[in-house]
Formats: sequence, C-alpha cells, structure tokens
Amino acid sequence: MSTVLLVSQILNGLQLGVILFLVAAGLTLVFGVMDFINLAHGVQYMLGAYLVATLVRWTGHFAVGLALGLAGALVLGFLMELLVFRHLTRRDHLEQVLGTFGVILVVTEGVRMIFGPAPLALPIPAALSGSVTLFAGLNYPLWRLVILAVGIAVALLLWVLVHRTRLGMRVRAGSTHPQMVAALGVDIDRLFLCVFAFGAMLAGLAGAMAGPLISIEPGMGDNVLIIAFVVVVIGGIGSIKGAFVGALAVGLVDTLGRAYAVDLLRLVLSKPAAATAGPALSSMLVYLLMALVLGLKPSGLFGARKA
Amino acid sequence: MSAMAARLNSKPGLAALAVALAFLVALGLAYGLGSTYWMATLARMAALALSAVSLSFLVGQAGLVSFGHGAPVGIGAYALLVAGEYGMSDLLVVLPLAFLAAAAFSALTGAIALRTRGVYFIMITLAFAQMAYYVAASLSAFGGDDGMALAARSTLLGARVLRRDHGLALLAILLLGLALFLLGRLAASKFGLVLRAAKDNEQKVTALGLSPYGHRLAALALAGGAAGLSGALLANQAEFVAPAYMNWHVSGLAIVMVALGGAGHLVGGVIGAVVVTLLDEALGHYTQYWKLGLGLVVVGAALLRAGDLRRLLAGGARG
Repeated sequence: MSTVLLVSQILNGLQLGVILFLVAAGLTLVFGVMDFINLAHGVQYMLGAYLVATLVRWTGHFAVGLALGLAGALVLGFLMELLVFRHLTRRDHLEQVLGTFGVILVVTEGVRMIFGPAPLALPIPAALSGSVTLFAGLNYPLWRLVILAVGIAVALLLWVLVHRTRLGMRVRAGSTHPQMVAALGVDIDRLFLCVFAFGAMLAGLAGAMAGPLISIEPGMGDNVLIIAFVVVVIGGIGSIKGAFVGALAVGLVDTLGRAYAVDLLRLVLSKPAAATAGPALSSMLVYLLMALVLGLKPSGLFGARKA
Repeated sequence: MSAMAARLNSKPGLAALAVALAFLVALGLAYGLGSTYWMATLARMAALALSAVSLSFLVGQAGLVSFGHGAPVGIGAYALLVAGEYGMSDLLVVLPLAFLAAAAFSALTGAIALRTRGVYFIMITLAFAQMAYYVAASLSAFGGDDGMALAARSTLLGARVLRRDHGLALLAILLLGLALFLLGRLAASKFGLVLRAAKDNEQKVTALGLSPYGHRLAALALAGGAAGLSGALLANQAEFVAPAYMNWHVSGLAIVMVALGGAGHLVGGVIGAVVVTLLDEALGHYTQYWKLGLGLVVVGAALLRAGDLRRLLAGGARG
C-alpha cells in the first residue's frame, strides 16, 4: 500500500468525519437536552442540500445561495420544531420514533413531489474546484480540503459556544440535569427550540457541503442519519466532544475499511474468500465498532448521563 | 379502550380467537369473491401482524423498544431460501428452522444489547440489524444485493398446500392466532409479571433474587423466533428474498405498527399491521406518493396520542 493512497484515504476519512460531525452535533444536543430521539434529522441534511442547490441556481452565486439556503434551513428547523417536535419531547421513546418516522415519510415524499425523483446537481464554485498538490504525487481535490476546514472551524466555534458562553452553559447543564435547569428558571422549551433549529442548520450545512460530491436526492438523508446515530452513541449522548471524536473515528474506520478490507483479509483468507467477505466486512465495520464500544462502555465514550 | 385491553390481556385465548375469526371471515369473503389480490393481501397482513405482535410483546411487556426487528424477520426469510437451495422445503423443517435461526440471532445480539438501556438499546439493536443487512447483501450465492427468487413455495409432507394464496393465508392466520395465544399466556404468567416488574423497577426485581437480564434475553429470543416465522411467511408470499427485508425502514415500520395499535396489548400489533397495510394498499391505488399520506397519518397519530401508551410512559422514561 502506497503512502499516497494512504494519505489521501486518511484525508477522505477525516472529510467524511467532519460531515458526520456536522450532522451528529445537532442530533446529540437534541438527544441530550430533551432525551429526544429524532429520526428526522437526516431530513434536515437532505433539505439543506436541496435548498442550497436550488438557491445557488436561482441566484447564480454560490456564497449567496449558501447563505440563503442556511437561513432557510434554520427557518425550517424552527417551523418543524414548533409544528411537530415540540409536542413530542415529553413523550416516551416509542411515540418519538413514531412521530419522527412519520416526518421522514412526509418530507421525503414531499420533496420527491416537488423536485421529482431525479438527482439535483450542485456544482463546486469555480474558485474552489480543481485540486492542489499536497506533496509530490498527491493531488487532492480542493473542495474536500474546504469541507475539512469548514468542519474544523464549525467544531471550534461550537466548542467556544458550548464551553464559553452563557447559552452553552445552559445547554451543557440541560443535557445532564434538565430538571434542575428548569427549576432554576431557564425556559427549557425555548432552549430546546434554539438548539433544535441550530442543529437543523448544521445538518443543512453538511448536506450542502456534501452536495457536490454525492447526488442530491430525496433519500440521501437516510444513510447519513443511521451513521450519525452510530456516531452519537459511540461518543456518548449529549456530548459534543464525543460527537467529534466519534465522527472522526467512524469516518476513518469506514473509509480505510473500504479501501483496505480486502487486502487485510487476504492475509488470513484465500483470494476469492477475501473478495467476497471484504465488502461485507467494510460495510459492517462502523457497526462492529459501535457494538464493541457499547459492549465495553454502555453509555458511550463520553456519555455524561446514564440513559 | 383500556378496559377492553385489560379484558383482552386477561383472556389471551379469547383475543387470539377473535383475531383469527376476523381474519378467517375476511379470507372467506375474498375466497367467495374469487379475489386473489385480497387473499394475497390478507396473507401478507397476517404475516406482518405476527411480526408486530412479537415486537409488541417486547415493547409492552419488557419495555424493550427494538429498532432492529426487521433482522429476525429477514433471517427467517433467508433460512427458508437457504434451506430451499439445499432441497429442504417442507414446512415441518423450514418453519422450525426459521424460528431457531431468528431466535439464535436475537439471543446472541441481545446478550450484548441488553447491557444498554433506553436510547442506547434502540440504537444498538438498529446497528445489529444493519450488520445482518450487510451480511445478507454480501451472500453472492443467494443473490447478494438484489436478492433471489424462491425455487418454489414450501410444502407440507410433499403436498403443495401453499400453492394458492388462500392456503398461505390460512397458515399465516393459524400462526398469528397461536402467537397471540401463547404470548398472551406468557404475558399473564409469572414470566410476564417479572418482565413488567423489571420494566417498572429493576432494582426491586433484582433484590427479590430474580434475573431481569435472563428474562429479557428469553423474551428477545422468543420474539425474534416469532418474527422469523413471519419472515418465512412473507418470503413464501413474495416467493422472493432480499436484504431489503432487513432494511431499517422495515424495522421502523414495525415500531409504527406497534405504536399505532397501542403497545399495551398484543392485539394492538394486529391492529397496527392491518391499518398500515390497508393504508398502503388504499393510498397506493390513488397516488404514487402514498407514503406522504401514510406519513401524515403516522405524524397525526403521534401528535394526538392515538396509541394506548400510558402504561409505557413509566418504563419508557427510564428505559
């Protein structure tokens, strides 16, 4: 295995990791603050990609389209919270699964009705397309580096928000001791509304960043949602730090697994056996990782509260 | 509703009989009208109800919200397919095989999953189901991603009793009735009492010298086995087996059925399965966007608290 391949695969893994982090950040906070299981979070990712792709085409500017699209994702987050999710937060998990599963069906079909089943294209802005030479022999797409940079910037911003501001203090307290925070006079419903809408916008940002690399279609949120759950559970529910570590771990394990599973299996299996088992194993790796983590630490790596 | 539920819970034989009779009347009507479409739909409905009833047992009695119930269903279907490829298609072989394979999977994964609680349990069961999905998708000898058609429907002592859909529907109704009766009896027994007690207060049950873990594991294996039977029925109906049986949407839909019908009583699973299947069929006739209608009904039911879920609240909040 060459160094060039290894470095580019590690970069790919980290880039997948930061996308997952953007999705998982909102999910873990919503989980943590309200003990709310939101299956419809993948829908926000999909909506973000659709909004940005449409607005970029209308306005003709990537930056303007992105800004408007993110604002739209934020507004949609507010609306969905007020219309549906607000009424589900104090219910048991079964009803939350029921309600949010319904939201997936409604929004996914709604988008399919409006935009049709054909994938939407979101071109990379001209200034950020092309590739850069990282070192001799490795040309890496600039857009993927941009994703990496944006992801890390958002992670830093979130860290400052959560650990250095009054709002962040309430969110942290709310994710470990919600009753106490409410008793101290914090309007926990409003806190939840803000966290939810902000999380929706981050998921939308992830969708928009990933948009040029994948095809934008109504079901695109499904796979990301399940992997984001894996991230949240590995990291520990309610923990931003856990979401970050979990997201990078899952991104790397998944990407490197897909690149090297067959080669590694060749060491212990025959060639045809490795060729068969490799793809299955690489698809399963992140779930194996999750089962392993939960088997050893039932509330995740950084889980503050026993679920 | 809850008074009726209590009566049905205390009389599992009555509930099983009532459900079986209702299905039989519907099947008789479909047979009389010569509607193969409705006979096939009834067979599928009863099979889905069997899977929903087994999940309802887990959720309602043990407080275990499994988000991976599609996995044992799919494993039952694959057991049928694999056995068929090796020349075994007698119901007396394939049904026990489907049950045991699915029960074994549920027990093995449950042994790990039961270390967790609440949301973590929901997520780890989902993860195991995803693993099963990817294993199935990698079985290139059995169709891989695309799945594979059955060589033929199962037989009974060489007789092709399932050749027509009314035979299959009868078998599905029989198994559904049996499951309702046996799981109902179990819920009313000491076993069910321990499960419910452990859901409400695990520490007290442990202090009494009982093992919540062991009881839950047994419940998971049993419900998994029943789901495996449902998978074997569904595979016979479609004459096709694919990894899609274990897609997480299937597991989500199973939860939707249980929650729609009300998790407090096993019959709720039947009601949920019937409602979802009918919505499926009815809306599917009018629009290709039928999932939108189904979704609106599901969201509406969740917002209006249509399910009889009060009993779950105490357990759900804790795990």
